[in-house]
Amino acid sequence: MRIECRTIARGIASGEVLLTHEPISFLGNVDPQTGIIVEPKHELYGQSISGKILVFPSGKGSTVGSYVIYQLFKNNVAPAAMINIESEPIVAVGAIISEIPLVDKMEKDPFDLLNNGDIITVDSTGSFVEIDNGSKRD
Amino acid sequence: MYLTNDEEKMLAGEYGHSLQKATEILVALGDIYGAERLIPVKSAQIAGVSYKTIGDAGLEWILDLKGHVKVPSILNPAGMDIERWKDMGIEPSFANKQQKIIEAYARLGIRTKCTCTPYYLEGFNVGFGDHIAWSESSAVSYANSVIGARTNREGGPSALSAALVGKTANYGYHLDRMREPVIAVKVDCRLSGSDYGALGYVVGKDIGNRVPIFYMQDKPTNDEMKSLGAAMAASGAVALYHIEGVTPEAKANDFAMPCEVITVERKQIDEVYQASTHVRSADIITVGCPHCSPEELEEIALLVSGKKLKKEMWVCTAREVAQRYPELVERIEKSGAKIVCDTCMVVSPATNRYSSMTVNSGKALAYVPSMCKVAAKYASIEDCVIEAGVIDED
Repeated sequence: MRIECRTIARGIASGEVLLTHEPISFLGNVDPQTGIIVEPKHELYGQSISGKILVFPSGKGSTVGSYVIYQLFKNNVAPAAMINIESEPIVAVGAIISEIPLVDKMEKDPFDLLNNGDIITVDSTGSFVEIDNGSKRD
Repeated sequence: MYLTNDEEKMLAGEYGHSLQKATEILVALGDIYGAERLIPVKSAQIAGVSYKTIGDAGLEWILDLKGHVKVPSILNPAGMDIERWKDMGIEPSFANKQQKIIEAYARLGIRTKCTCTPYYLEGFNVGFGDHIAWSESSAVSYANSVIGARTNREGGPSALSAALVGKTANYGYHLDRMREPVIAVKVDCRLSGSDYGALGYVVGKDIGNRVPIFYMQDKPTNDEMKSLGAAMAASGAVALYHIEGVTPEAKANDFAMPCEVITVERKQIDEVYQASTHVRSADIITVGCPHCSPEELEEIALLVSGKKLKKEMWVCTAREVAQRYPELVERIEKSGAKIVCDTCMVVSPATNRYSSMTVNSGKALAYVPSMCKVAAKYASIEDCVIEAGVIDED
C-alpha cells in the first residue's frame, strides 16, 4: 500500500517501525553516542532509535537538537528515516544535514496504520510511504 | 514553493553538496511555514558559535561544509574573549575547541566577529524594510523593532544556509500581515535606563511569541529599546514589538489598539529590583548584555573614571566597537573593570565559578541563574558601579 505524504528531507530508506505518541527533544532525550532514549519519563525510555523508521508527532526543545541528530548520523546510530505528524524546524534541519529521509502530513494517520515492528519504506524523494507487509491489524 | 531555475539547480546538487543541503533547509522551512518563494537577504548573523552550546557535533557539521557565503555574514557571541581567554579563566581545552569552531566558520568567508549587536558594525547597518537572516534573539528584536528591518529568528543551520545561498524563505516576519500588533501593553508610569530591561522581563512571559504594541509615557532611547527587546526575547519569545509614536513601523502605520491589553504599574518594575535582595553581595558585576553601544561605554567611563573598583567587573562589547573607541576602553580599564569582547556573561563558561552576579540587563537576569547556575541581582548602571565598590587609596 502506498500512502502520499509531504517531503521534508529527501531520500529513501526501509526499516522497522518504532512509534511514540510523545514529541522528542533530541537534546536531552537521546544519547548521541548510542541512539538510546535516556529520558526516564519518555514513552521510549531505554529503546534504541538506531536504524528504525521513527514515527513521532514532532520535535521539541532546544535548536541544538539538530546537531544532536547530526551526531547520531556521524556515530552510525541515527534512525533510517523519520515520519512526523507535522515537522518543525529542529528535526527538519537535523534530518536534512544528516541525510535522513523525513516526511510529514501522511494522508492517513500513521498511528492508525502502523505498528511497532512493521517493515516499511519511506521514499521522501517520491513523497510516499510504502507499507510492504500489508497491515498487521487485519 | 516556487523556485527559479538557478534555485532548482542548487537543490538538484549541480553546485555541490553544501549548497544543495543549504537550499534544502531553506525550502523545507519554507514548506513548513507556507512560504511561496525565496527572497534575497542583505546580511546574515549565524548562531551556534559557543562550544558550550554546539559541542563536537556542531563543530563537525561546520567542518564538513564547503563554499563561500554570498552576503556579509558574522557570528553570534562565542564562549570566550578570543584574545584574552586566559585572563577570563577559560580552560585551554575549551579555548582550543572554540578556536576550531571560529576557524571553521572563517573558511566559509564568514567574518569572525562575534557579537549580539551586528547593527553597530560596518557592513551591517541595515535599514527600514531590508530583509536579513539574523539569529541572536536580541539582535532580531532590535532589527525588526527599532530599525524596521525584517528577519525571523534563525537557528544556526538556517542562518548559515541563508548566508551560503544569499536568500531566505519568505515567511513569518518577512510578511506585512505577520508584523501587526496583536496585544497592547499600557505602561502607567515613567521609565528610564534599566527600567526598560525590567519592563521587558516582566511582560515577556505573558506576551510569549506574539507581537505587542506599547503605549508609554516616555520616548525611550535606542539603548533603552535594546534592553527592552532583549529582555522580552529572553523571558518570552518576542521577536518584534512596536511602541506607539516611537518605533518606525508604528509611525508608518496607523495600528489599531489590540483588544487584549496588559497594564504595567511602577510596583511591578520595582519588584524586579527588589526580588533578588536575598542575593546579599555579588562577587562579579557584569554589564553589556546586549553588547554595549559607544554611548553606553561613554556612560560607564564617566561613572568609573578616577575610581579603583574593588570587585571584578565585566563590560561586554563588540571587538570592533572597542577598537573604534580606544580612549573609552582605556578609561574603563584604568578602574580595574575589564572590557570583554566576543562573548558575554551568559554564553561563557567563565562565569560559572562565581556565586552571585549583579546585572543591569533583563535578559541576563532571565538567563544567568539557569544557564550559568549563578544567582543574579538586578540594578541600574549607577548601582552596578556602586556594587563594584571602590578601593580606598589613602
